[in-house]
Amino acid sequence: MGFMIPQASDSIQELSVEELRAKVGTGMEIVDAEEHMLLSMGPQHPSTHGVLRLLVELDGETVVNLAPDIGFLHTGIEKNMESKTYTKALVMTDRMDYLTPMTNNMVYIMAVEKLLGIEITPRAQTLRLILAELSRLASHLVWLGTSALDLAAMSVFLYCFREREYILDIFEMVSGQRMMVSYFRPGGLWRDVPDEFEPAVRKLLDFMPAKIADYEALLDQNPIFLERAKGVGVISGEQAVAWGLTGPSMRASGVDWDNRRDMPYGGYETYEFEVPVEHEGDVYARYRCRMREMRECLRLIRQGLDRLKPGPVNIDDHKIVPPPRAELGRSMEAVIHHFKLWTAGFTAPEGYVYQVIESPRGEIGCYLRGNGTNKPARVHFRGPSYVNLASLPLLANNSFVADLVAVIGSIDIVLGEIDR
Amino acid sequence: MGIEEKLGNLGVVTYRLEDVVNWGRTNAMWPLLFGLACCAIEMMSTQAAHYDASRFGMELNRPSPRQSDLMIVAGRVSRKMAPVIRRLYDQMPYPKWVIAMGDCASCGGVFNNYAIVQGVDEIVPVDVYVAGCPPRPEALIDGIMTLHEKIRNDKITDWA
Repeated sequence: MGFMIPQASDSIQELSVEELRAKVGTGMEIVDAEEHMLLSMGPQHPSTHGVLRLLVELDGETVVNLAPDIGFLHTGIEKNMESKTYTKALVMTDRMDYLTPMTNNMVYIMAVEKLLGIEITPRAQTLRLILAELSRLASHLVWLGTSALDLAAMSVFLYCFREREYILDIFEMVSGQRMMVSYFRPGGLWRDVPDEFEPAVRKLLDFMPAKIADYEALLDQNPIFLERAKGVGVISGEQAVAWGLTGPSMRASGVDWDNRRDMPYGGYETYEFEVPVEHEGDVYARYRCRMREMRECLRLIRQGLDRLKPGPVNIDDHKIVPPPRAELGRSMEAVIHHFKLWTAGFTAPEGYVYQVIESPRGEIGCYLRGNGTNKPARVHFRGPSYVNLASLPLLANNSFVADLVAVIGSIDIVLGEIDR
Repeated sequence: MGIEEKLGNLGVVTYRLEDVVNWGRTNAMWPLLFGLACCAIEMMSTQAAHYDASRFGMELNRPSPRQSDLMIVAGRVSRKMAPVIRRLYDQMPYPKWVIAMGDCASCGGVFNNYAIVQGVDEIVPVDVYVAGCPPRPEALIDGIMTLHEKIRNDKITDWA
């Protein structure tokens, strides 16, 4: 690749209203289109939550039609994973949905484990659940902070990030990294959590309910926020299902479905928790849904900590899990396993698996095809943000441009995972 | 304390122009509110209460490139995004600086593939590279301090 300076006109699409309408349509009848104008929102826009570009057709200040232009963050993650061994491909998943790396780790690792046909230890399973719920909490905090910021509630952002720092400190304590943890590994975890882990999480459980009440007090009594959230971006339950919405955005429309409860994985079936459902289907209902979900996260984490028993975190198969460092000085076999694992990795059988879990944004799925070698033949993710974004034209139809900002915030998209 | 100590009774301060201007430039930078990927979340953490970028006079992020003088390229730059970044950079008024935050913006990072520009320095001139994937907020602050250092050493003859 030579030293090439791209020209500004190279790839930014210039469209007319008619061309936009030919490309996408919400199925709505558009009358009196003479006076309509086309607004290009993004890719550099403070409230598109990343590098999303929206082509909006406006009638005065009302949105008539819109098309998301995605791909500004296309990274080739799925293709890159095909050239890495199963363990090394894991680091790519962190960088997909970067607000909740643990969930991405979990869906990919569960798919690999399904392909290999291995069962992890109870301690590893409990720790995975605790950490997945912690990252759901962290993700919801970023969502709350940024989408409240879009609606001009600045202080919520500062409070949310303060608590998020605490969760990131826990992640750093267990994995050595704040965000890109790569902590879940095939066959268990990278290593056991340190002794400080449990007291630190318990401390979080103690102070967090009061903090969530604080955020609610900041927003629920804020007339500007209420005015801009209630009755905006309404979608009915049937439409939500038809457009493939998942996660809190769907549950806010009265659809009672959560993969953790209805398609249980990773031991969720043995935990007691509620799935928050709201019925209005507007921005405010989606906000309520996520706030209630944060409390359920705390409940799940508490139960997980209570049943955390000492024990191994990795399976006892050194063809998949590297042997402990201390063994390398004693056992020739351990040296061979270590060398083989970190040079060639393990081989997975031929066949394909599909694993679905509930990410903070909705249903994340991982399709994984093995071809008998040490690298995946194909990895594909069903990203919740990508599918949720598809319903944006419907959600924003006939709303004002200012409400569009609220709607984008409320479906909680992460461009890294949309574009991959 | 401060400037009045040096004033004496004269009401006059003698100082080198370049030092005064560079002092002004370092202490009120307005970064462009512009995040690309994972690093943008760490950039937000840097600006939030815990790391508090306002200590360096840069809590105010301007979403418009016309009002900002520092571009923090936070994240991977795809080939589709590259012309947009170039256009944003061109829209910023002089003097302007660029920090390449993170491995992807510095050199492509883990993504050595068809989609990612291998370092944002292929499209815009970069002043400071911050390593890390993503860099910790402390690392970004260190990058900002390094940039301040660089600006303080600017010579009047080099001003554009």
